[in-house]
Amino acid sequence: KTVCDLNLSSVLMNSNLVHRADSFFLATKMAAPLTLLLIVAVTIRAVLFRSSWAELISERVEVVSPLNAWKRVVEGLALLDLGVSPYSGDVFHETPFMIYLFHFVVDYAEIVFMVSPDLVFCLSRFLTSLKQKYALESDRYPADCLELLRSPKEMFYIPLKVAMFYLLNPFTILSCVAKSTCGLNNAIIALFILCTLKGSALLSGILLALATYQSIYPLTLFAPALLFFLQRLYIPVNLRRSSFWFFTLQYAFIYVGSLVVITGLSFFLLGSWDFIPSVYGFIFSVPDLTPNIGLFWYFFAEMFEHFRLFFICVFQINVFFYTIPLSIKLKEHPVFLIFMQIAIISIFKSYPTVGDVALYMAFLPAWSHLYRFLRNIFLVSCVLLACSALFPVLWHLWIYAGSANSNFYYAITLLFNFGQILLVSDYFYAYLRREHHLTHGLYLKKKDGTEATLVLK
Amino acid sequence: MGLLSDPNRRKALTGLLTRLNTPICIVCYLAGIVWFMGLAFEPFTLRTYMSENAMGSTMVEERFSSGERALSLAKEFDAHKRKAGGMPVEWLVKAMQSRGLEVFTQSFSRKLPFPDENKERYMVRGTNVYGILRAPRAPRTEALVITAPCSPGNTNNQAVALLLALAQYFRNQIYWAKDIIFLVNEHDLIGTQAWLEGYHHTNITGMEYSPLQGRAGSIQAALSLELSSDVITSLDLVLEGLNGQLPNLDLANLFYAFCQKLGVLCTIQGKLQRNDWDTAEGYTHAAQTMMLMVLKQACGRSWGDHGLFLRYHIEAASVRGINSFRHYKTDATTIGRLLEGMVRKLNNLLERLHQSYFFYLLPSLSRFVSIGYYMPAFGLLAVILLLRVSFPGLCHCFSVSLQPSSPGVLTVLTPVVISHLTGVALYLLPVHLQEMAVEHFPVSETEAVVLTAIAIYTAGLALPHNTQRLLSGEGTEQGWKVLKLTALLYLAVLLGCTALINFSLGFILAVTLVPITASITPHMPKALYAVVMVLLSPAFTILYCVFIYQELIEAPVSVSEGWMLFLSVISQGILDHALYGSLVYPLLALFIYPCWLMFWNILFWN
Repeated sequence: KTVCDLNLSSVLMNSNLVHRADSFFLATKMAAPLTLLLIVAVTIRAVLFRSSWAELISERVEVVSPLNAWKRVVEGLALLDLGVSPYSGDVFHETPFMIYLFHFVVDYAEIVFMVSPDLVFCLSRFLTSLKQKYALESDRYPADCLELLRSPKEMFYIPLKVAMFYLLNPFTILSCVAKSTCGLNNAIIALFILCTLKGSALLSGILLALATYQSIYPLTLFAPALLFFLQRLYIPVNLRRSSFWFFTLQYAFIYVGSLVVITGLSFFLLGSWDFIPSVYGFIFSVPDLTPNIGLFWYFFAEMFEHFRLFFICVFQINVFFYTIPLSIKLKEHPVFLIFMQIAIISIFKSYPTVGDVALYMAFLPAWSHLYRFLRNIFLVSCVLLACSALFPVLWHLWIYAGSANSNFYYAITLLFNFGQILLVSDYFYAYLRREHHLTHGLYLKKKDGTEATLVLK
Repeated sequence: MGLLSDPNRRKALTGLLTRLNTPICIVCYLAGIVWFMGLAFEPFTLRTYMSENAMGSTMVEERFSSGERALSLAKEFDAHKRKAGGMPVEWLVKAMQSRGLEVFTQSFSRKLPFPDENKERYMVRGTNVYGILRAPRAPRTEALVITAPCSPGNTNNQAVALLLALAQYFRNQIYWAKDIIFLVNEHDLIGTQAWLEGYHHTNITGMEYSPLQGRAGSIQAALSLELSSDVITSLDLVLEGLNGQLPNLDLANLFYAFCQKLGVLCTIQGKLQRNDWDTAEGYTHAAQTMMLMVLKQACGRSWGDHGLFLRYHIEAASVRGINSFRHYKTDATTIGRLLEGMVRKLNNLLERLHQSYFFYLLPSLSRFVSIGYYMPAFGLLAVILLLRVSFPGLCHCFSVSLQPSSPGVLTVLTPVVISHLTGVALYLLPVHLQEMAVEHFPVSETEAVVLTAIAIYTAGLALPHNTQRLLSGEGTEQGWKVLKLTALLYLAVLLGCTALINFSLGFILAVTLVPITASITPHMPKALYAVVMVLLSPAFTILYCVFIYQELIEAPVSVSEGWMLFLSVISQGILDHALYGSLVYPLLALFIYPCWLMFWNILFWN
């Protein structure tokens, strides 16, 4: 074991040295395209903010939800200014922090919305830390798998690609131009991921608490973050080890503690607990059935009232339930688990918007080494593209022309979510398959020597 | 999901699709055309039936009897119209007031982007007169509209007169549960547009109008009336509205039911119904009627005053009197009764018309084809594009092109951007450059606009592939495959969206664009395929449609007349977009044409 450890540490030192030399080279080489990208992204947004499209976009149900519409924030601010609790109507559903943030920066709102996606762009840096891990791996696997591992050159471009996928994604741009507060929530989650990957348990716990406070669902990211820290500190996931329990409790304490502090602070800001039912009750019980790209609205509009509670439980469990099997299956790969969780949240949450979809799509270039194992990516891209075009068309036919009806729109919603689920499961399968090939060799043979195929059952 | 996750079955499926790709595509294309032509065959269509309960079981009794008085009113109106040299506003206001209506006027003005040579107008200034009959039996939250355009010259006097006679008769009845608005609009569609915008407090086309002083409730349905002779032989129902929108089928059913009841000959697309569906002539007749509807719907303009109401969620149709000097005659009293019956049935409505179909084609007034039957015809054509996309070579290119570092994306981006810029030029320049064109060339403004459009269209054929070669050198084998994949996907999405909004337009474009776009590669004989591509381009599609339309309405034209008609169709298309917000011109200029240019690029790839 010591030999192995020695071996590991020497490799680590080696790769560190290489890494340092690289990163200097990288920093100079990457700065120009990144700056260019930033300028392009900001210009597009600035132009759209000033154009007549901005108003149209901010009314689209695909882009804003009752939770994050800017119109509702303005309403809440007006109520706050009048000395009335912003939650007294049934319009405002932001958290108290959000309203006080905008209370101070409302005049600069556009700038805030422009800056917030750029924060996500920090995300793009996280892969530098992943790099060492892959460098380590190269020793351990059979020779023919080397082509499965990413060469450092490929890795250089990943931060740029992630940034590009997020900043130039039309979904992000739409959501930003609509001034949906979804962009801020995405920024918090991105910062959380960044702090986690940098290994700061304290900041990670606090940011996770903040994300949870914003929209409940990031709660499920607790498991992958914990797994990541355990892996980083070489603590095995073993229920009988005290070190495991010690760290878990420590992290949980940071998380719960900051959650309590944040909630308490909100109470002192507003002087009442109004926001709990108005924000979290609103998220859980889904009273607003405005159509959106999610699965909830149609179902609950059609449902008999006395089944409502049961089906709300069934629908909401979807978000949280997959955490357990996925954490068990992916306990060695917490970063991929984070991606899976974010995708699941954006598919199954009660008021999804395209901004949520954009967040997990930003991760896709990070898994570029999985492309060769993806089977349905072409089909999925076609489905997602077609759906994005069909959403406004069917909305027009339903609401303005009056010739189609809600069934047409919901059909597209279903197809869109089918595409998303297929995308996520495809990536999951590809990840598992790559792991399988890493341990068993790339070119599998059957016992009789013919080429074998892997079947997922 | 078994099909998606089991690699063996996937391999079998893709193998099959690859081997039989071309035969499957050809079969799909032929099947699509045959399916579409089969829609006119009577056994494949459904009989129309009244879906709306409120209009079905309760037959009303029509007692309107002042047809003669209406005809004398028409003469009086004609005299006043001549005297005023336009709409006799004073006389109309007095006439409506004396019949007990609340009367209001609305003035509007509109400067056209360029002179309309068909109707000879440029600066349009006019007045709408409308009277409201308040409902005695209900809280006045809903309304019906009867409108008659006040056309220049000798036409449509009888319609205005019948409208006034109906107003007088309706005023004495006590059963109205909805307000009835009698609208006489000037300058046909422009007047209707101004009135509707005023009524709904919107301004989407930059029209200047005075606000409406009197209003009724939300409008449930509207009937537009066009009569130009004292007696008529048949009544024609016009349904096609702006952007190919159609009113609820129940409105057509209602019209048909009353025509049957009163023994009035009724036509659609000017064609009588025939009962011999099993003969070749019978089938041809039905097919012609349906083709006419498809062509009219595809051009996206409003074929009567009713067409603008549809945008405001108001079910509307135009009833047009036709006098073809046959023996069978119907007098004004009967037409009045027919309208009375229809309005009374609409008055019985408890909610908006929504029970019946909104997406349909009519091979005759008593038969219809619903969306579920005609969409497969389009689907069979669209699936060809998807089949060509899933061509494995292309599939592979897709995964390669996902890497932004590979050259694929950039080589594709250039032609895409240039094609679209050409499209933007085609959309913006004709109207904006007219002054310059008139200065330098001996043409009128309208001609300048149309000819500029054609010039840009033609110039676009030369521009993109040359520029692209200049920018990125020789095209690679992979480059055109990626471009073709992008273009095919783009076309499929585009045609799909178009077909949902306006089936006819989507189908006609698919019929002409799909065969060539599906088969195009750079390795074909260039000259031959260039000619074929140009002959199947969107502009030529319009030209063919003009000839087919003239053929179908039994007024065939020579080539030069056809060309003149083609030019006027283009100018009308641009005007319709500017005046009423018709979407066909921007769709063709900004999306379909650039998409076609991308395929043009592929043909001249290296």
